[in-house]
Amino acid sequence: MTTPAVTDKSAGSLHGARLPKWFPVAAVAGSLVVAVAIGLGAGLQSRVQWGLIAAVLAVLSTYVVAARVEGRRQARDRIATSLVWVCFLVAVIPLASLIWATVKRGVKVLDGYFLSHSMAGVADTQPGGGIYHALLGTLEQVGLATLIAVPIGVLTAIYLVEYGRGRLARAVTFFVDVMTGIPSIVAGLFVLSFWILILQMGYSGFAGSLALSILMMPVVVRSTEEMLKLVPNELREASLALGVPKWRTILKVVLPTSIGGIVTGVMLAIARITGETAPVLLLVWGTNFINTNPFQDPQGSLPLYIYQQYANSSGSGAAYDRAWAAALTLIAFVMILNLVARGIARWKAPKTGR
Amino acid sequence: MDISTQHTDAAPPTPRPGPDARTRTSRGASRTGDRIFLGLSRGSGILLLVIMAAIAVFLAYRASLAISKDHGSFLTTFEWNTNILPPQFGIAVLAFGTVVSSVIAMALAVPVAVGIALFLTHYAPRRLSGPIAYVIDLLAAVPSIVYGLWGALVLVPHLSGLYGWLDHYFGWTGVLSWQGGAARSLLTVGILLAIMILPIITNVSREVFRQVPRMHEEAALALGATRWEVVRMSVLPFGRSGVISASMLGLGRALGETMAVATVLSPTFDIKASLLDPGGGTFAQNIASKFNEATEFGQDALIASGLVLFVITLIVNGAARMIINRRKEYSGANA
Repeated sequence: MTTPAVTDKSAGSLHGARLPKWFPVAAVAGSLVVAVAIGLGAGLQSRVQWGLIAAVLAVLSTYVVAARVEGRRQARDRIATSLVWVCFLVAVIPLASLIWATVKRGVKVLDGYFLSHSMAGVADTQPGGGIYHALLGTLEQVGLATLIAVPIGVLTAIYLVEYGRGRLARAVTFFVDVMTGIPSIVAGLFVLSFWILILQMGYSGFAGSLALSILMMPVVVRSTEEMLKLVPNELREASLALGVPKWRTILKVVLPTSIGGIVTGVMLAIARITGETAPVLLLVWGTNFINTNPFQDPQGSLPLYIYQQYANSSGSGAAYDRAWAAALTLIAFVMILNLVARGIARWKAPKTGR
Repeated sequence: MDISTQHTDAAPPTPRPGPDARTRTSRGASRTGDRIFLGLSRGSGILLLVIMAAIAVFLAYRASLAISKDHGSFLTTFEWNTNILPPQFGIAVLAFGTVVSSVIAMALAVPVAVGIALFLTHYAPRRLSGPIAYVIDLLAAVPSIVYGLWGALVLVPHLSGLYGWLDHYFGWTGVLSWQGGAARSLLTVGILLAIMILPIITNVSREVFRQVPRMHEEAALALGATRWEVVRMSVLPFGRSGVISASMLGLGRALGETMAVATVLSPTFDIKASLLDPGGGTFAQNIASKFNEATEFGQDALIASGLVLFVITLIVNGAARMIINRRKEYSGANA
């Protein structure tokens, strides 16, 4: 499977000359060694520079060797392969660094006391305090947002899949897509202009949930729609043929069949809005005290807490520690939601089919 | 064909003969039920449209209150003084910062994201590609404030080495000169945004690359193409519009990102010639930073800048979706 140009190297065989399988590994290892040698020799401080030199060396040496042995086209193929690998590695570095930093710095103050106490009476630069008020606020705000967004989202998806024909359905589909891309701060500004500035309702957890529900709705619609589309038409037809009215068919046949996927979608949507900071910043305002009532007065919120600990810390280590610990809590919460949601999806998948 | 096999799997739990007998006797009631249900579901669809319209209307109304009292030009003033009389504010600096940081983010993220998508669909060993795709999904779920915290406390200190190097070799261009100090500049923001939008561009591109007809690839292979030639001749042309729309979705994210920018950037209200020196601002960052001290009029002014952001993201996202939808009809995927 190669060009005649290189066959002269191994006359009589159908293959052109090929580099051995271990060659890419050897090239990478070799260039790493050389890069470390250069780095030490030239006294380069940064490990990132070593890595860059190694990457450049690996790509170049692969190209040169492959071009000599295998021919230009194969060499180009190898260079593309190594570039694609480099892309992947480049993307992994920040992720690994982010997780590492959050875990390493977060575990310092994260304990039972941190989870069960508020910031009442703790100055920003002092150590101590906790995230209880923020955790409570976030749970209430996200819960309310879910209560608002899920019924509307699921019903809209049902409309689009089961009833939707013509202009209205197309308009709804299009705007749901567009709505997915609304910046969270714009959703916050909308609720600010309408709920707080015009209706004069004041900052509260509920105002935050209104904005969060706007962000959540399109995600729920999208995922539910995909799940409903997977329900085989034969099931609907069987039910309708038995004389069951359409609405009962939907409630008793279509929804139960796809419930696993819908729950997954809702949980992913919850995971997404839990980390939203901007609308909470504009609408919930934040407080250091425990406020259990989401309908009145400012509340705390976990993402907002991270921001405030960072912004008001004036460089103090205690506040940064709290910010990292809160970030670790938030990531853990979001990741667990994600994992559970995907678990449900996998567990339910064989029954709903694809 | 696989629908029919799964149909037999899925059928058993569903038929429930009990309620049918009752509904048959009360046909009128069931028809009302149908009507109510249709009304409810259509109503929520319409409610979504109403919300979109309401966002535009309310933002425009509050924005008009602010802009009518603006003594600078809303589009070209290099200031944001809403508390003085007469107030002067304009979005020139914000528009510049938003566009520049997003363009940097796109320039960095799109090639890498396409590379990763190709890696996952065509290069990675099968055992690796599943878990990696999973990790990238999780990466998309990391809240932006955590990216912001990481950016400000980990990325910024690490970039000063790179910035020193850039200044040393490319400082003469002016665009890449650096006066030292913390690297809280538009370029840093762009790098951070690139990391943040990488997952979404990767995911959408991956879906598109996966839909490339197997026949196209096999035809190329049969002609003796190398793997790279297969990618270049059959995968990339097929996926081009998908990659474009994926990039635009990423661009929409980058334009509206708030907290990561607000934590990393040290804002000033002017346009710096150098991308490396701290300063500038973006729409979303400006809203988040100025909101706490804003009077009601100040909030209206911020809403006006938010309206501009809303319109921009609406156009970008709408265009991206239109490209995707056209593609869908054309390829017959997603039946």
